[in-house]
Amino acid sequence: MAATRETAAAVRDVEQYKYGFVTDIESDMAPLGLNEGIIRFISAKKGEPEWMLEWRLKAYRYWLTLADEEPGWAKLRFPKIDYQASYYYAAPKRKAALTSLDEVDPKLLETYKKLGIPLLEQQILAGVAVDAVFDSVSVATTYKKKLEQLGVIFAPFSEAVHKHPELVKKYLGSVVPYSDNFYATLNSAVFTDGSFVYIPKGLRCPMELSTYFRINEKNTGQFERTLIIADEGSYVSYLEGCTAPQRDENQLHAAVVELVALDDAEIKYSTVQNWYPGDADGKGGIYNFVTKRGACRGKNSKIMWTQVETGSAITWKYPSCILQGDNSVGEFYSVAITSNRQQADTGTKMIHLGRNTRSKIVSKGISAGHADNTYRGLVRIGAKADGARNYTQCDSLLIGSTCGAHTVPYVENRNPTAVTEHEATTSKISEDQLFYCRQRGMSQEEAVSLIVNGFCREVLQTLPMEFAVEAQKLVGISLEGSVG
Amino acid sequence: MALLEIKNLHASVAGKEILKGITLSVEPGAVHAIMGPNGTGKSTLSNVIAGREGYDVTQGEVLLDGKNVLAMSPDERARAGIFLAFQYPVEIPGVTTSAFLKTALNAKRRAEGKTEVDAMEFLKLVKAKTAALGMPYDMIKRALNVGFSGGEKKRAEVLQMTLLEPRLAILDETDSGLDIDALKVVSDGVNALRAPDRAFLVITHYQRLLDYIVPDHVHVLAHGRIAASGGKDLALELEAEGYAKYLDTAA
Repeated sequence: MAATRETAAAVRDVEQYKYGFVTDIESDMAPLGLNEGIIRFISAKKGEPEWMLEWRLKAYRYWLTLADEEPGWAKLRFPKIDYQASYYYAAPKRKAALTSLDEVDPKLLETYKKLGIPLLEQQILAGVAVDAVFDSVSVATTYKKKLEQLGVIFAPFSEAVHKHPELVKKYLGSVVPYSDNFYATLNSAVFTDGSFVYIPKGLRCPMELSTYFRINEKNTGQFERTLIIADEGSYVSYLEGCTAPQRDENQLHAAVVELVALDDAEIKYSTVQNWYPGDADGKGGIYNFVTKRGACRGKNSKIMWTQVETGSAITWKYPSCILQGDNSVGEFYSVAITSNRQQADTGTKMIHLGRNTRSKIVSKGISAGHADNTYRGLVRIGAKADGARNYTQCDSLLIGSTCGAHTVPYVENRNPTAVTEHEATTSKISEDQLFYCRQRGMSQEEAVSLIVNGFCREVLQTLPMEFAVEAQKLVGISLEGSVG
Repeated sequence: MALLEIKNLHASVAGKEILKGITLSVEPGAVHAIMGPNGTGKSTLSNVIAGREGYDVTQGEVLLDGKNVLAMSPDERARAGIFLAFQYPVEIPGVTTSAFLKTALNAKRRAEGKTEVDAMEFLKLVKAKTAALGMPYDMIKRALNVGFSGGEKKRAEVLQMTLLEPRLAILDETDSGLDIDALKVVSDGVNALRAPDRAFLVITHYQRLLDYIVPDHVHVLAHGRIAASGGKDLALELEAEGYAKYLDTAA
């Protein structure tokens, strides 16, 4: 087959190509740019079955029809992205399939340690199973055996494609179709890896599932794909956190996360995002265009999103819930901090379809320096959603006089029995508050951190314990130097 | 050496001179009361010592243990041992009293080169202090000063003072808005803190507070200057005769 020959040739080319590496870990990378050959290359690298390749190609061909039509409605400014100037595949080289952590490159483990990611015993002690993603390929999975015994599937996405094709085929793209939006379509074509989770019927997953994402390769767009399915009556709490090293080029990140909750199931998805935000002048930093959506497909199901967004030069992210099942519940708790030249346009969509569906939105936006912070949310109540209820609270805190906070709530109600509430406040840290804290011996930065943490408390409280502590520190660190 | 030395202090707010040459020496272990009618600069004096923005010191010196206080930032002053009990304690939404106290205490401990207290030690300490002050322990779980009654706010100030163990405590109209029971609780807390190496500057309009916190020295502030100084009897005299004579002479 011509296509296969083409792929083989591409692989050969790449293996001969020499790059300067950011770390000593040898990577094999796809050639620069994006075309059908690259997609076949990625698929071949991962040894994917034909159906997976076909799905990617379908997405890619659709993406071409979008002709660089990035969504333009967000309150964001950035230069046009040249999608041909990125590498779409980079993986730490591995010799053979790994069966234990001992086989993981010690340098890689060292990098994790520097990041403060306790991959080894600490994780086991903490009861956290980690599917660590270094660049694009998952290299180590802990606690897998125990989870397996319980019937939980927690695996790199690429592995799930091989081992659980029926589940992947059934649910992939069922919440975020490949044609959903520009970035999701791009992701569908070129995603390299991510996590796959399946919680069997009736199981309350006894440990938090956690994935750390990390961008390390220069110019590598990151296209993670996560799919979580909570079968009837099950529960899972999933943590996602990420850090990235400082660099000058803007990096594109376009992840897709799909959640499916069946009857009486509950998914709690928590994110702490602190990617490189760029320097004080807005140079560098990650472009974060993420599509996250959960479907409360079953009755009495619940999906809860909590996000703490402090990093990235640009954040474009609207973790949403489709409340299909009767009595299903969607919740969104968000802290978004922007300082210097950061821009965030983030919020949620709560789509009420089933009867007596309920949603709650609590958004805390903090803006400092020359940053812009926008809450953009949609509450849509369908004609059949009798008794649906929504409560939305959007609070903005401004630090200094050169930043912006914007609240753009959309409410579309097609059912007269539904009730929606919206509250919004905008405030500034007062001189009196600062002086009071400083009179008690706190430095200016400590005072700001304390006050901002108080402002965010309602959201931070929804995070799992160890994540909450990290997030509190992060809130303080993110605003260092923003008051003066 | 005096603990606090104020020499010929002049300060103005928005170009208007409020303090017109204050000289005051406070020895360790002493309680000085500063009395006077409203608008004579009592609060200005406490704010200038604590380092609040918006006050311009045009002349004079403030020394704590011989060190130039006016060159320090507000938090440096606090860590050096100056504590201001606010007339109107500030609400900090979402920040529990407990979190606030712990942050403040650890800031001080770091400055002193001590290790920070961990959560367990801290709670033990607060439990002991609240019990000693006759305060409900649950108060520390509430957001600082948010929805506190006047009495609760002042008690929270005394609790902070008790934990931070300052060298110099300035009580700015602490009696304002307090009923007699709250006044007693607050005064008991202050009296328990009296120590040979600690001094108090009690700023008040009324003599009533001084029935509970008995001063060693009383000063009358009028028109930005100390118009008279004396022992605790001076306060009683003021109560009987009012401030009129100081205002007249100073005018």
